[in-house]
Amino acid sequence: MIALQHAAAIPDPLSIPANAPEHCPGTESDMAGKADACDGCANKDICASGAAKGPDPALPFVRERMSSVKHKILVLSGKGGVGKSTFTAQLGWAFAADEDSQDNLGVMSVGFMLPSSRDAVMWRGPKKNGLISQFLKDVDWGNLDYLLVDTPPGTSDEHLSIVTYLRESGIDGAVVITTPQEVALQDVRREINFCNKVGIKVLGLVENMSGFVCPNCKGESQIFKPSTGGGRQLAKEMGVEFLGAVPLDPRIGKSADYGVSFLDEYPDSPATTAYLDIIEKIKAQLEDD
Amino acid sequence: MTSFQDTPVSRRLQHVRHIIIVCSGKGGVGKSSVSTQLALSLRASSPTTRVGILDVDLTGPSIPRMLGLDGHPVHQSSDGWVPVYSDGSEARLACMSVGFLLKKKEDSVVWRGPKKNAMIRQFLSDVRWGDLDYLVIDTPPGTSDEHLSLMEHLAPVHSKLSAVIVTTPQAVALLDAMKCLSFTRATSLPVLGLIENMSGYVCPCCGEISNVFSTGGGEEMARREGLHFLGSLPVDTELVTLLDAAEPPVSDTPSTEPSEKSFALLRRYQQTSTAPLFGNIVKEILRSLGEESSS
Repeated sequence: MIALQHAAAIPDPLSIPANAPEHCPGTESDMAGKADACDGCANKDICASGAAKGPDPALPFVRERMSSVKHKILVLSGKGGVGKSTFTAQLGWAFAADEDSQDNLGVMSVGFMLPSSRDAVMWRGPKKNGLISQFLKDVDWGNLDYLLVDTPPGTSDEHLSIVTYLRESGIDGAVVITTPQEVALQDVRREINFCNKVGIKVLGLVENMSGFVCPNCKGESQIFKPSTGGGRQLAKEMGVEFLGAVPLDPRIGKSADYGVSFLDEYPDSPATTAYLDIIEKIKAQLEDD
Repeated sequence: MTSFQDTPVSRRLQHVRHIIIVCSGKGGVGKSSVSTQLALSLRASSPTTRVGILDVDLTGPSIPRMLGLDGHPVHQSSDGWVPVYSDGSEARLACMSVGFLLKKKEDSVVWRGPKKNAMIRQFLSDVRWGDLDYLVIDTPPGTSDEHLSLMEHLAPVHSKLSAVIVTTPQAVALLDAMKCLSFTRATSLPVLGLIENMSGYVCPCCGEISNVFSTGGGEEMARREGLHFLGSLPVDTELVTLLDAAEPPVSDTPSTEPSEKSFALLRRYQQTSTAPLFGNIVKEILRSLGEESSS
């Protein structure tokens, strides 16, 4: 019995179209349109002609729309349920609170487009890819200081698409979220590896759900034990900045359920202090660039 | 089209009696932990039960870690890929995950849908599962490529399929669980029931129960949707730590012969405070499947 090997060189993931066959060599490969895998692919002729080496036709429109957006930040994590969306929302509120004006926080989500909240979006990659390009080119974002992009867990279609579309316009970087236990860190390691692969700067790592303070006895305990050193150790190991640790406060989840800003509702919580500290660090990084 | 489709997947899975898909709309609610516990508990349900666990979370595989199998290689035999056995030579708990195929633990799997589809087909058709009483399939969050591919490739064995939905009590998780339920309805996948996970946390200092992620929402949703409520599980730090450990727990009764006793992970699991609660859930699942528990 032999251990399994990778069969062939792995193509640049960004050069594989969303509707490509499983063994697509990548549109920028010399084998584009000519490999065995290309037989039957809808893109075969265009790849073979060399035209596909050019950019996606949506790109100029995305670039145009994004030209009035100063900073573009991705919120990523390999693992689900670590607090990406909660963090994105807090970051949005915090950035918006900086201005004197009101109504300065715009939101776009597929959630606004469903007939009912019960409906499942059962889409394969190409359809998701299409909507992402529409979100970037067809939404009247206007002039923005910050565009925050919340992402699903993993390193797949959504991530490749957002990077492909935004790369030309310049992505400031990614904030990566984790929780302290190793099963989460494993996935986050992969996410940072993905950022390195596709050339996205990691602005820093946030450790969420880091310790729990009992509302009764005020004793602190670790729900998700950092068995391998937690986010701090991972940041060191991967050479990225550790932005801070946010303790688990049950009111954070409550605030998210009710759609209110935790930072405004509970300014005295240690979690608020941690959030604000992290947000300051992110801002400082963006201003440095 | 004939009533029985003969495909590589149906041929491979013809000796698998039940296939249980563990899903949730939201990430981080404990799908992998529930899948692992389900596999361990089913294996323990009789002295001869054989269980497989397939991890189709391709970009974030957690099952190898949870079973203490990180870094194990997968071998190829003349009859396909040999799954990694979590219980050694007893070979009653077979595991397959993309995590076993990565060279380094930080390697990312950056795949679009078609590639994921191909991997899932391969997991179903090329793994030498052998005779299994139960095949537990752990899925990534959402209702996208992985789920559609699973349903597509498993269509010839649809009569063996059922699903368990996992949620946490918060409203945002319940919303996503609802989407997952809509998916099961759209694909005519029978749902065995709903599990509410992370329902309360017991402070180790004073014993006070905090509803870290709220409570009761799962049961309420099950009632509203006419689903079987399988039970709620509190946050159990002992269990989190056990499933997060790099190495499988070392047996404290060393034995040269591989036996039930030497499967230390299972024994340690059975000592956690969650195990009896999960035992009731498994009883319910077995009843729904028409397999009364022998214990």
